Amino acid sequence: MLFVIPAALYVVVFQFIPVAYGLVLSFSDYSPLDRGGPEFIGWDNYASIFTDASFARAMGITGRYVLQVLPFTVAIALGLALLSNRVFRGVGLFRTGLYVPHVVSLTAVSMVWLWIYSDSGLVNQVLDFLGLAPQRWLTTQDAALNAVSAMRIWKALGSNMVLLLAGLQTVPKDLYEAARMDGANAWQQFRAVTLPGLRPMLTYVVAMDIIFLAQGFPEIFVLTQGGPYGSTTTVNYLIYTEAFQYNQMGSASAMAFVLFAFIAAFTIVAIRVGQGRRS
Amino acid sequence: MALRSAVPAASLDAPVRRRPRDPVWPRALTLALVTLAVLFPFWWMISLAFTPEGQSVSLIPAEPTVENFRIAVQAANLDTAFANSTLVTVVAVLTNCIVPVIAGYAFAHLPFRGSSIVFYGLLSTVAIPGSVTLIPLFLMAKNFPLAGGNDIFGSGGSGLLDSVGGLMLPYLVGTMNIFLSRQYFASMDRGFAEAARIDGAGELRIFAQIYLPMAKPLLALVAVFSFTGVWDDFLWPLVVSTSERSTTVQLAITTFASSGDVKYGALMAATILVTIPVLVVFLVNQRGFISGLAEGGIKG
Repeated sequence: MLFVIPAALYVVVFQFIPVAYGLVLSFSDYSPLDRGGPEFIGWDNYASIFTDASFARAMGITGRYVLQVLPFTVAIALGLALLSNRVFRGVGLFRTGLYVPHVVSLTAVSMVWLWIYSDSGLVNQVLDFLGLAPQRWLTTQDAALNAVSAMRIWKALGSNMVLLLAGLQTVPKDLYEAARMDGANAWQQFRAVTLPGLRPMLTYVVAMDIIFLAQGFPEIFVLTQGGPYGSTTTVNYLIYTEAFQYNQMGSASAMAFVLFAFIAAFTIVAIRVGQGRRS
Repeated sequence: MALRSAVPAASLDAPVRRRPRDPVWPRALTLALVTLAVLFPFWWMISLAFTPEGQSVSLIPAEPTVENFRIAVQAANLDTAFANSTLVTVVAVLTNCIVPVIAGYAFAHLPFRGSSIVFYGLLSTVAIPGSVTLIPLFLMAKNFPLAGGNDIFGSGGSGLLDSVGGLMLPYLVGTMNIFLSRQYFASMDRGFAEAARIDGAGELRIFAQIYLPMAKPLLALVAVFSFTGVWDDFLWPLVVSTSERSTTVQLAITTFASSGDVKYGALMAATILVTIPVLVVFLVNQRGFISGLAEGGIKG
């Protein structure tokens, strides 16, 4: 029991207490610049969040961001996992190579994509080569969130692929054998054997992606600073500006708990769907 | 030959049985093309870093130069950033290889009354998003007693803000590492401990001399996850560091991008320098890293 105490104490002090503290803050009016401490104001923060157009907009943008990255990254990663789920010379090299974007920090890859999307960057060079007009990817409202999403799809491929690959390797080989005996073609094998066997890992991957995408921050900070005109201001970015630029610790905490609730709800729905369709 | 045919077909050469399946080259070719496409941005990053400022970028720089690296090292406070990030990362790797590992061992081998409740209680914090604890942790760092000019009640000064201590505060014990360690030690035989106990060895000695040496793969995994997690983190340093003296590598590279007219060559040079350590750690440990990720299922 003595062995557990240091770790348990740390987690209590730096995880449980912050959550409780944050909950108290979310019912308070507090700026660290003021002389007084947090002032209890009941549900006011939550009430004003729900009538605040910018928060609603940030929720919508966060939702759109998650929904337009998730299906693509999971589908492509699944394809790559299926392709690399066979032993041949060089497969390890491909797995490692595809995983590299995941290892490089989100801040660093955002720097690379900052150039890729810049006026004379890679995308515009390709457009120019094809005889098309250059675009302003990060500074027009319509394009910015899509540009960031494309980057994030690329960034999330590697880790999703490796997890799905591990999931594929738990699918019993003799089931494929049996399916082939029954005359199932590749697509039928995928539907009847691969997908059901992969369901637990697929569910896990989707749940983790939701949790991390919904909290996207460095890529927004580096690529767009939430702009143009707030068109890439996700909830997490809004929380950051509210707390650390406007010093509104109370309402920022309330936003964080609302985000938490939404993430938890979406994750639970994803897990339910993942488990529910088991046949 | 007659003897060999008595062996069940399945245990014979597997490649022979695989021959009727589709050939391997289409998938190898597809994977090669996709891998190249995925790594393509990094190629440009390197090429850009070696291209003199103002010259147009091509796949291979016409007149390669290291000038951008020189500019990067001088301009972005990369030396301070590297010193701070290295210190914070090394401390976090060490504490994570000790505190959660020993706790995980205890949860697996030395259960006490209520230990599973404590374990799942601790594990539940994995589900808490970082944005929920960010503001409270910031205020806790600011009001840390007896630091940065604070009195014993934590007021008066700036606490641990803008200090290396503040930077490392939330990294010291990863909850996921407690979980990983418990899973790892649970698969080990308890017989060693019982034999040693009969010989009169203390619990700490049993752990340190018998189980820990067998847990090297676990330690490697915990070290790599902690290293990349801490080295790559951005949001916490962003709020805690208020001046250049407590900057970190990830913060330092953003100062390049935010300074009006972006010098992409120097920016890429700085980004490369900052990325090399994690890349080295990953490539050295990549086998364990990828399989460990599959087992423990750590964040993406």
